[in-house]
Amino acid sequence: MRYFTEEHEWVEIDGAIGTVGITEYAQGQLGDIVFVDVPADGRTLAKGDEAAVVESVKAASDVYSPVSGTVLEGNSALADSPDLVNSDAEGEGWFFRITLSDEDELGELMDEAGYEAFVAKL
Amino acid sequence: MSDLAITDPQTGQSEILNVEDAPEELPPQLLPLDAWHRARGGRMVPFAGYEMPVQYEGIMAEHLWVRKSAGLFDVSHMGQVVLTSDDGADAVALALEAVLPGDVTGLGDGRMRYSLLLAEDGGVLDDLMVTRRGDELYMVVNGATKYDDIGYLLDTLPDDVTMNLGEEQALLAVQGPKAVDALARLVPGVEALVFMTAGAFDWNGADLWISRSGYTGEDGFEVSISAEHAAAFADALLEQPEVKPIGLGARDSLRLEAGLPLYGHDLDPETTPVMADLGFALSKRRREAADFAGAERILAEREAGPASKRVGLIVAGRQPVREGATVVDADGAEIGRVTSGGFAPSLGSPIAMAYVPAALAAPGTAVRLVQRGKTHDATVAAMPFVPHRYVRKAA
Repeated sequence: MRYFTEEHEWVEIDGAIGTVGITEYAQGQLGDIVFVDVPADGRTLAKGDEAAVVESVKAASDVYSPVSGTVLEGNSALADSPDLVNSDAEGEGWFFRITLSDEDELGELMDEAGYEAFVAKL
Repeated sequence: MSDLAITDPQTGQSEILNVEDAPEELPPQLLPLDAWHRARGGRMVPFAGYEMPVQYEGIMAEHLWVRKSAGLFDVSHMGQVVLTSDDGADAVALALEAVLPGDVTGLGDGRMRYSLLLAEDGGVLDDLMVTRRGDELYMVVNGATKYDDIGYLLDTLPDDVTMNLGEEQALLAVQGPKAVDALARLVPGVEALVFMTAGAFDWNGADLWISRSGYTGEDGFEVSISAEHAAAFADALLEQPEVKPIGLGARDSLRLEAGLPLYGHDLDPETTPVMADLGFALSKRRREAADFAGAERILAEREAGPASKRVGLIVAGRQPVREGATVVDADGAEIGRVTSGGFAPSLGSPIAMAYVPAALAAPGTAVRLVQRGKTHDATVAAMPFVPHRYVRKAA
């Protein structure tokens, strides 16, 4: 099951593990991505914390954690290939995996249909 | 010159530095080619008081296209100022020399020069191109500063000098190694111009004023054309296979790679020509005469060396270090400031411009930068980062 935030992050849930990235819409808005700073393994994040930084040619943007938990790993492939976020934002361009500490938070996020409706109004 | 500066359109924190007099509450003005940009996929953002295209297909692709072929830029936000006097162009040139430190009276017809508009204290109020054009002088100044420039010139120049800000004129730049091929197909004869010369041309009955100049480091041209003919001319340029439309984003990364300062960022009233490493804009005759605004301070600084100086930086790693980051010493104390920075598409690495203490200004010097609490290593580098490819001799 995949959930979305109004800040254009997605989190794919598999058991107690979430994989987090930014949406296709977000990468399109950012343009050419040249650098991604992913969180360190073991870092504890509360929902809404600044978890990562994504830099396009024109600007730096913060990426917030859509859920609370402990970072399992960052996507090391982004160090050499930050453009994976442009080419496959909702797949190979994921940012980090996190062990959820409070699955109830998912109820506050949008599902795919809800996010599509949200983006359509922007 | 050219005020570009791309910062985050979402935070709106862009060219604000130098638009104190451009009321922020007013909606942005529309360029003559506004609809043209939108129809071609331009993503419009507020910049210098105008809605301007920041990109079309993407900054990286647009940047690399200009370096290998040719790009069309709409720079109609810039001020095109025509100065005349009953006493002729010589009188205008002489009057301008009070506030420009270059050799203006020595400009031949159709010759142009990069210069700096100086405050009484020698601070830089704007950077600009000045051209002698028959009986008049033609200046292209930055968009965000054009109204302030006019006000300052009105206060400073003798009353017999008349100024006209040609807001009915569009300004299009065609830049890149193939710009000459594309433009000469439409306007035969432009190939005979060399860098920093200009002339009058005609296209389908429309008057054009074309200079071989630009702000990308590439060969190229800037074309002044009446707003009513601009869209048709832009269409004709885009029909040339060499040409694609290019936004402000790539214009900023191209000028940064070319080592060219951006007013409101790398230059402002707190900087002097010497600090900005623009000593070439102080002509020998003018230095000897010491008869321009701020001459005493500027010449003393030139003699003794500036306390701080604009330098280029190559940043280690891949993360861009942008305007506002600090330069710090070994103890972490601030000793300088990054004034422009970003990812250099042609180099594949982040680069920046910064003001650093003179002792750290030599190429090869290691410096440390701090941005959002994170330290970055950087090395002072000679500019331009990417060699200029101006055409100085006719083919």
